[in-house]
Amino acid sequence: MARSVTTQRKLIFTIIGWSIGFLIFFPILWTFLTSFKTEGTAVATPPQFLFFDWTLENYHEVQSRSDYGKHVMNSIVISVGSTLLGLVLAIPAAWAMAFSPTKHTKDILMWMLSTKMMPSVGVLVPLYLIFRDWGLLDSRLGLVAVLTMINLPIIVWMLYTYFKEIPGEILEAARMDGASLMKEIIYVLTPMAIPGIASTMLLNIILAWNEAFWTLNLTAANAAPLTAFIASYSSPEGLFWAKLSAASTMAIAPILIMGWFSQKQLVRGLTFGAVK
Amino acid sequence: MFKRTLLLGAVSVAAMVSFAHAETLTIATVNNGDMVRMQKLTEDFTKKNPDIQLEWVTLEENILRQRVTTDIATKGGQYDVMTIGTYEVPIWAKQGWLLPLDGLGADYDKADLLPSISDAVSVDGKLYASPFYGESAMVMYRKDLAEKAGVTIPEKPTWDQIADAAKKMTDKSTETYGICLRGKAGWGENMALLTATANSFGARWFDEKWTPQFDQPEWKKALTFYVDLMKEAGPAGASSNGFNENLALFQTGKCGIWIDATVAASFVTNPKESKVADKVGYALFPTGGVENHGNWLWAWNLGIPAGTKKAEAAQKFVSWATDKAYTELVASKEGWANVPPGTRTSLYANPEYQKAAPFAKITLEAMTAANTSKPTVKPVPYTGGQFVAIPEFQGLGTAVGQQFSAALAGSVTVDQALQSAQALTTREMTKGGYIK
Amino acid sequence: MATLQTRATARIMMSPAVILLFLWMIVPLVMTLYFSFLRYNLLMPGTEEYVGFLNYQYFLTDPAFFTALGNTLLLVGGTLLITVIGGILLAIVLDQPFWGQGIVRLLVIAPFFVMPTVSALVWKNMLMHPVNGLFAWIARSFGFQPVDWFAQVPLFSIILIVAWQWLPFATLILLTALQSLDGEQIEAAEMDGAGPISRFIYLVLPHLARAITVVILIQTIFLLSVFAEILVTTNGGPGLQTTNIAYLIYSQALLQFDVGGASAGGIVAVILANIVAFFLIRLIGKNLER
Repeated sequence: MARSVTTQRKLIFTIIGWSIGFLIFFPILWTFLTSFKTEGTAVATPPQFLFFDWTLENYHEVQSRSDYGKHVMNSIVISVGSTLLGLVLAIPAAWAMAFSPTKHTKDILMWMLSTKMMPSVGVLVPLYLIFRDWGLLDSRLGLVAVLTMINLPIIVWMLYTYFKEIPGEILEAARMDGASLMKEIIYVLTPMAIPGIASTMLLNIILAWNEAFWTLNLTAANAAPLTAFIASYSSPEGLFWAKLSAASTMAIAPILIMGWFSQKQLVRGLTFGAVK
Repeated sequence: MFKRTLLLGAVSVAAMVSFAHAETLTIATVNNGDMVRMQKLTEDFTKKNPDIQLEWVTLEENILRQRVTTDIATKGGQYDVMTIGTYEVPIWAKQGWLLPLDGLGADYDKADLLPSISDAVSVDGKLYASPFYGESAMVMYRKDLAEKAGVTIPEKPTWDQIADAAKKMTDKSTETYGICLRGKAGWGENMALLTATANSFGARWFDEKWTPQFDQPEWKKALTFYVDLMKEAGPAGASSNGFNENLALFQTGKCGIWIDATVAASFVTNPKESKVADKVGYALFPTGGVENHGNWLWAWNLGIPAGTKKAEAAQKFVSWATDKAYTELVASKEGWANVPPGTRTSLYANPEYQKAAPFAKITLEAMTAANTSKPTVKPVPYTGGQFVAIPEFQGLGTAVGQQFSAALAGSVTVDQALQSAQALTTREMTKGGYIK
Repeated sequence: MATLQTRATARIMMSPAVILLFLWMIVPLVMTLYFSFLRYNLLMPGTEEYVGFLNYQYFLTDPAFFTALGNTLLLVGGTLLITVIGGILLAIVLDQPFWGQGIVRLLVIAPFFVMPTVSALVWKNMLMHPVNGLFAWIARSFGFQPVDWFAQVPLFSIILIVAWQWLPFATLILLTALQSLDGEQIEAAEMDGAGPISRFIYLVLPHLARAITVVILIQTIFLLSVFAEILVTTNGGPGLQTTNIAYLIYSQALLQFDVGGASAGGIVAVILANIVAFFLIRLIGKNLER
C-alpha cells in the first residue's frame, strides 16, 4: 500500500521547495543578472532586478582583457588531470583496504584524512622552495601533483566506502573460477564500482576546480587557471561589481553546467559510505 | 679550420637570433584601471620591439603583493617586471633585490619626475623602480550639498572645519552622510587614512628609539576625533568600508565629504559611473593643529628583479610604459583624462590635461606637499607617510587597523583600542629586535 | 581467509598512495618544523639564526591566539550547526514528491560550485552591504533599520557565507541517506499512531546518524582552514572578532612574511587539528563501525 500523496500536500511542498531553492540560488542569480548591468547600475539603490538596460559590455571587457580560453584549459587540465592521477593511485589502495583489511586500515584512513588538516599558508614557503628547485613553478604538472596530493585522501576514502559495499562472495566466486587478480579487478570489480568511481571523480573535479590557494600562489602566466582569472577582476581601484560578476559567471559556468548534467551520478555517489 | 669556425659562428649567431626572438617578458601587475589600459596598449610596444613578447599576470592588489614578494624573496624568477608600491621599493632595494634602472634610455627624462615621487623610489640617488602612476590624498566634497547646508570648505581646511561641514551636510533620512572615511582593517585600508590623519594631528608611530607612541595624547586626540565624527556623520557599516566601498557610496550620492586617494577624483568625475560627476569640489588633506597635511604619498611602480636574465628587454618595457611618450599615447587613444596621473611635472604643466582634469592643480599641490623623508612633525626613525617603511608594517598595520576598526564599530572604546595597539606593537617590535 | 599472498599484494597496492602521501606530509612538515626554530623573515634575508622556541613563545602568548582559537571553534561549530540542521530540513523537503523537484535540486546544489572568494565578494558587497546591499534595501522597504552585518555580527556573517557554500554538500549526503530509509517501517509507525515528530526522532534521526557523522567529519576538515572568506570581507576585524587560526597564520606568512612565526603557527595548528581529529575519530568510530 503506497502512501497516498494528496494534491494539496504536493502543492504545499512545491511552494516550500521552490521558495527555498530560489533563496539558496539567489546569490548566483544576482551575480548573473549583475553581469549584464553597467557599473553604475550595479551599485544603484533601489536595486534593479530585471528592468534595466541589459548590456554585454562587461563580457566584452573581460574578453578583451584576459585569455579566458587559456585559463579554462588550465583549469580543465589541472582538475581533470589531478583527479585521474588521484584515481590511479587511489583505486588499488582503496581496493586493498576494502578487501584485505587489517587492523590498521582504519588508522591509515584517518591518518590520510588528517594530512588535509595542515594549514596551506603555513607550508607555502617550504613548498615554494621545493617547486623552485625542481622547476615546477608555474607549470601544470606541478599543480596537478599538488592537487592530487591534496585530494587523494578524499578519493581514497570515498572509493573505500564504495568498494566495501561490494559483496565479498562475488570476488570469491570469481577467484574459484581461477580469475587472476587483474581479471578480477577488470571484469568483476570495475563494473560494480563504476558509479562510485564516477561520483568520486566528479566531486574531486569540483574541489580541484575551486581550489584557490595553491593554484594562485604557485602560478604566474602559463599555468594560471580560472582562480587567477577571477583574481584579476576582484577589488581594483574603482567600481568592479559588474565586471567581477561577468568574470565570475564565466568562471563558474563550466563547472556548474558539468555539475548539473552529471547531477544524478554525483548525488548517487556522494554518500561517503554514509548509507548502509 | 676556418670554415669550421665560420660555421660555428653562423650557428651561434642563428642561435642568438632565435633566442632573441623567443624573448618573453612576464609582467606582474595590479588590476587597477591604468594598468589595464597599459595592457591594452601592448601592441604599440610589440610593434616597436618585435623581438619581445609580453605575458601579463594581472592580479588583485593583495594577491599580487603576496605573489611578487614570495617570488622575489625566494628568487623564484617567475617575473621579469613587477608592479610594486612605494612601500616595497626602498625595502627591496636595500636588500639588493631590484635592478637599478640605469638603462632607461635618453628619452626617459628622469628630471621630469615629481621630486617627491622620485625620492620615494630612489635609494642613495639611484632609481630602483619607475613610477607608473602616483597619488596623494585630498578632500573631495559635494559642492551642492555644501551649498545647501550653508557651509564653505576652504582650500586648506582644518579637521574642525571638516567636522562642522560634515555634521551640517548629514541628513540620515535621505541617506546622505556627511563624511565617508575608510574603516576596513588593513595597513593599506584604514591605517593609510588613520596614519595620515595622525600625522596631521602631530602624532607619530614610533619615537627615535622605536618605542610605540599610541599611549601619547596626539594619537588619542586623532582617534577620538575620527570615531566621534564617523559616529555622528558617517554611513552605516563604516567599519568594513575601504576605498572601493566609499567610492561606491560617493558615486551614488550618499556622501557629502570623502577624504581619500587623489586618483579617486578621476572616478567620481566620470559621468559614466558617477551620479555626482559635475558636483565635486576639492581641498587639501586637512590639518589638525600642526602644519602637516598627512604626507600621504603612494605610487605604483615598475621594478625589475635583480635576478632576471632579460634585464635589457625589461628596461625597454619599463621605459616605454613610464616615459612621456606613453602619456601621449594614452591621451591620443583614450583622452587626456585617462592618462596615468601623479608622476611627471610636465603633465601638470600641460594645458590640455588641466582642462580635462579639473582636479589636476590640487592633486599636484597635494603631491608636492607630501614629504616622505620627514612624515611627522616630531622626529622619527622611519620614512614613509601613510605607512611606515619597515618590513614589519604590513602585519603590524593590519593588526593595529583591526583594533581601530573595532573602536569604530563600537565594540571597544578608543582607550582600549589604543592600549591594545600599544601592547601588540611593543610585542612585535621587541620580537623584530628594534626594541632592545 | 586473507592469505599471506593477498596480504602482500594488498600492501603493494596500497604503497604508492601511502608512500606519496607520507612524503607529501613529512617533507613540508619537517621543513616547517625546521623553520619554526629559526628567526626567518623573507623580507630580511641573511638574518636567519636559531632562536629555539621563541617563535612558539610569541605565537602562543599572542593575545590574538586564544581569541582566534575560540573563533575557529565557533566558525566550525556554527557552520556545522547550520548546515546539518538546514541540511536535514532541506533533505526532508526535497525527499517529498513535488512539481519541479529536479530543478529545485539543481538550484540547491549550485552554491557548491562557486569559488569561495567569489561568494564572499558577492555576499559582502551585493547582499550584506548596509547601504548599497540588497538586504539593507529589503529591511528599509519594510521600515526596519538595516543590519550592519560586518560591524554588528561579523563572525555570524562569515558563518552565514561559509554555511551557504557548504549547505548543498550536507543536503546531498543527507538526502541520499534519507532516500534509503525503509518506507515500510515508516508506514508501520504511522499505523501505530506515531506523529510526524516522534517518527522523525525515533526513526529518521537514528537512520541519519551515520550520514550526519560523515558530514561533520568532511566539513570540519575543510572548515578548519577557512580564510579566503575572512580576508575578502573583514581582514579579521573589527578587533579580533573574525580572526581564526588560519587567518592568524596567514597574517604571519603573507603579511609579515615571517616564515619562522608562520611555521610555528602551522605546527601549532597541526597539533590542534590532530586533537580535533582524535575526537572526531572517536565520534566516527562509534557511528561508522556499525
